[in-house]
Amino acid sequence: MDTRTNNVSLGDLQGIVGEANAREANGSDEIDGVRPSFVAEPGSVEELSALMRFANDEGLAVAPRGGGTSSSLGNPPRELDLIVSTARMNEVIEHVPGDQVVRVQTGIRFQDLQERLAGSDQMLGVDPPERAAGATVGGIVAANSSGPRRHRYGTIRDLIIGVTVVLPDGTVAKAGGKVVKNVAGYDLGKLFTGSLGTLGVIATANFRLHPRPEAARTVAVELGDSAAAGQAAQAIMHSQLVPSAVELHWGEGHGLLTVLLEGITPAAEAQAEEAEFLLKGFGETRTLSDEEVDDLGPYAPPGSPGSGEEVALKIAFPPAELTGVLDSTLGACSRRGLDAPRITGQAGIGVLYVGLSGGDEDARVSVTEELREIWVRRGGSVVVRGAPLSFKRRVETWGRWAPGSSSPAA
Amino acid sequence: MGMASSRLVDRMTEILGPEGVISEREQLRAYECDGLMNYRVIPEIVVLPETAEHVQRIVRYCHDEGIPFVARGSGTGLSGGALPVESGVLIVLSRMRRILEVDIPNQRVVVEPGVINIWVSQAVADEGYYYAPDPASQIVSSIGGNLAENSGGVHCLKYGFTTNHVMGAEVVLPDGTMVNIGGGKAPDAPGYELLGAFVGSEGTLGIATKITLRVVRKPASVKTLLAAFKDTEEAGDAVSGIIGSGIVPAAIEMMDSLCIEAVETAVHPGFPQAGAVLIVELDGPEAEVSSQFDQTIEICEKANASEIRIAQDDEERALFWKGRKAAFAAMGRIANDYYVQDAVVPRTELGATLKRISELGSEYGMRVANVFHAGDGNLHPLVLYDNDVPGEAEKAEDLAGEIVMTCLEHGGSLTGEHGIGRDKMKYMPKMFTTEDMDTMQLLRCAFDPHHICNPGKVFPTPRLCGEKPGPFHMHPVQKAGLAENF
Ligand SMILES: Cc1cc2nc3c(=O)[nH]c(=O)nc-3n(C[C@H](O)[C@H](O)[C@H](O)COP(=O)(O)OP(=O)(O)OC[C@H]3O[C@@H](n4cnc5c(N)ncnc54)[C@H](O)[C@@H]3O)c2cc1C
Repeated sequence: MDTRTNNVSLGDLQGIVGEANAREANGSDEIDGVRPSFVAEPGSVEELSALMRFANDEGLAVAPRGGGTSSSLGNPPRELDLIVSTARMNEVIEHVPGDQVVRVQTGIRFQDLQERLAGSDQMLGVDPPERAAGATVGGIVAANSSGPRRHRYGTIRDLIIGVTVVLPDGTVAKAGGKVVKNVAGYDLGKLFTGSLGTLGVIATANFRLHPRPEAARTVAVELGDSAAAGQAAQAIMHSQLVPSAVELHWGEGHGLLTVLLEGITPAAEAQAEEAEFLLKGFGETRTLSDEEVDDLGPYAPPGSPGSGEEVALKIAFPPAELTGVLDSTLGACSRRGLDAPRITGQAGIGVLYVGLSGGDEDARVSVTEELREIWVRRGGSVVVRGAPLSFKRRVETWGRWAPGSSSPAA
Repeated sequence: MGMASSRLVDRMTEILGPEGVISEREQLRAYECDGLMNYRVIPEIVVLPETAEHVQRIVRYCHDEGIPFVARGSGTGLSGGALPVESGVLIVLSRMRRILEVDIPNQRVVVEPGVINIWVSQAVADEGYYYAPDPASQIVSSIGGNLAENSGGVHCLKYGFTTNHVMGAEVVLPDGTMVNIGGGKAPDAPGYELLGAFVGSEGTLGIATKITLRVVRKPASVKTLLAAFKDTEEAGDAVSGIIGSGIVPAAIEMMDSLCIEAVETAVHPGFPQAGAVLIVELDGPEAEVSSQFDQTIEICEKANASEIRIAQDDEERALFWKGRKAAFAAMGRIANDYYVQDAVVPRTELGATLKRISELGSEYGMRVANVFHAGDGNLHPLVLYDNDVPGEAEKAEDLAGEIVMTCLEHGGSLTGEHGIGRDKMKYMPKMFTTEDMDTMQLLRCAFDPHHICNPGKVFPTPRLCGEKPGPFHMHPVQKAGLAENF
């Protein structure tokens, strides 16, 4: 056992967060095979601060946890003594519909928040797939998780307007505020976005909201090859349509590009018609029924729990290079004897999630390194989002990126 | 003031040539302040780099010699952010004005920091694109300055601020290291979101030498109206009504009667005589704009609009906007001097805040004109005064200070777009605790451990890095008697 936790007893933690809210860790608390000693669930910013200060004084290695859907993002923890769960900090602190702003404790589940906001015909404009697995708002911020609608609304870093964070030494600090426009002080909310719990725990967060669209239409085009995919995506990007999402779904040898158009009903309909017109030169087009849309999404992207893939990559690239990304990925997989990969992602933004399966580990490592070699050189990145431990030990999670860049996080 | 040390001049001349160095006192005066003229400091030397490598060499020298430096773009900042440091180097980026790349397939434009905001839109206009953040100073302010201030504009309500449009930057750090932060053409660069922290850091974390911007497609349809109301309260009701109905307008701007009067005198946009006017612009897909525009008209009528004018063409639309964008400058027509305040309140607090501002104006016996970004609660009260009347300038500043405190009391912020700079440092403790500011300082110290990059800005009690929180230390600017205590 880790010697440092020898000095700490469960009782110490229960003394801070209450008897019912700290326990010994078990197998389900492991992160990449590393088992912590304890799990504690503070119920307030004050308790969280006291807990962090205690852990700091005792030299405990801490990992914050929200819904636990993305805990294995990043490199395996070097050490881990205590999991600080935000599960009990799940209140909406303030929602003034007229301000289109919400303030929450970050342990609130994203779906719960979204349902609450729907009551006022508002929404937080992100739709990360992890939400279906119980992701919390804090986890989504810490992992900078995003989904199809980032095409229109950006990612959570574009919507976060204020935070309260608890630093590893227990310091409670806030930045930003509850107004949508604000340049007083440094924007620590953005700095903490995607920091994967390495800078401290995000305790509360404030967001700008959007009105919920009245109607949605999804237009799809069947794509015979990668060239058509690139052209179709460009046609939508440079049109005057205002899609909420432009998604590529690539299976064996062919794909589907879906364009989500939202707004008031006549506008969604008019835009859908225009989208079909723009897309019909690239393949067979149709408007998807609600059931077909449900079948496609909220889909489990490669790497999400239960998606079955061995290795899940996220490739970020200049969006005009969509065809090249598809070609290089499909080519590398077939040359190294992997199955045809499952690919989904935001074609208009330049993000594809790729699931590698089949072949042996050597082959999967080679494909990852080959893609990295190409896409880092072309200004992008290839990140390992999910993989067996043996793979993670061989391939650096974040990869190198463009020379001169700042260095990697967790 | 001591003449710039000849060593400093020699070294800078070696890097930039004589035409890139200004060290004569009379010429230095041109750089003693930015758009906020209350504070003036003559720098030791002004340098005008032409390349990123120049900037790097200048900064490296400053770092090695422990000389403070301040970046300056076009000098239009309104919070004293580009105020020089007396014993320091002012690095003016206005010779770095090349648009390096226009990449329409990826919807990106790569520029040097001195490029003027409007040039970006002009460079992509033929392709049907534009750069969305449009500060009223867009024909003069630089992209580097916009980035440092996270500038907003009238169309930011729908399209976001500078921070939502800067995709990457090449930055010379305060030790002279050059790094790329953000993805640039590709999204989601791995690692910490340093770009989000750098944008809006008011020149305190380094100097941006190359900036990748996102440009957006021009909307299919644009409709603009101007509505006149009895007073700002009724206009405010219309604003709430529009936002509350689920419409996200491209812009909603409000001007009060004093402002209308000034603008009419200055640029004659033909605004109706009223207690308040709103300019509302909707853009996007045709079907959406036309339906929501009708709805907007209805809402304005319900809020008792006395007159609604609809821009019939681009020319009339431009005239509405000319009136709005001339507002600050037009104050010169109705007052000798004016003080521009910039503060924010939650949208639902607009009415109550405006009422309090008007009461404060009466208490002080001073006129306050209001022109503001109503859609996002960003107020710009303009306090009018006469510098020739002894004590008026101080009184105006006090009133402006009370106004910003009122905004804080209503749940708002010290600044929506003009920044803290030198001007509002003293108010930072009203909005942030010592712990909040110390945490922000951790970031600053990580970038600038020797405190040479735009020192004496943003934080009222700058601690030396590594120093434990404790009593306030006098800043060199204060020591030199250049600034009163906070
Ligand atoms: C008439 C008028 C109207 C205005 N309207 C608006 C408005 O609508 N919205 C708005 O947001 N602002 C507005 N402003 C304020 C001002 O124009 C903006 O803050 C603008 O972004 C400043 O740009 P600049 O190039 O003049 O920067 P400067 O004033 O030269 O510098 C501003 C700050 O940026 C730093 N800086 C400059 N270049 C760099 C760089 N390359 N890297 C790092 N730091 C740098 C400086 O150190 C300083 O702290 C207005 C100003 C005026 C005078």
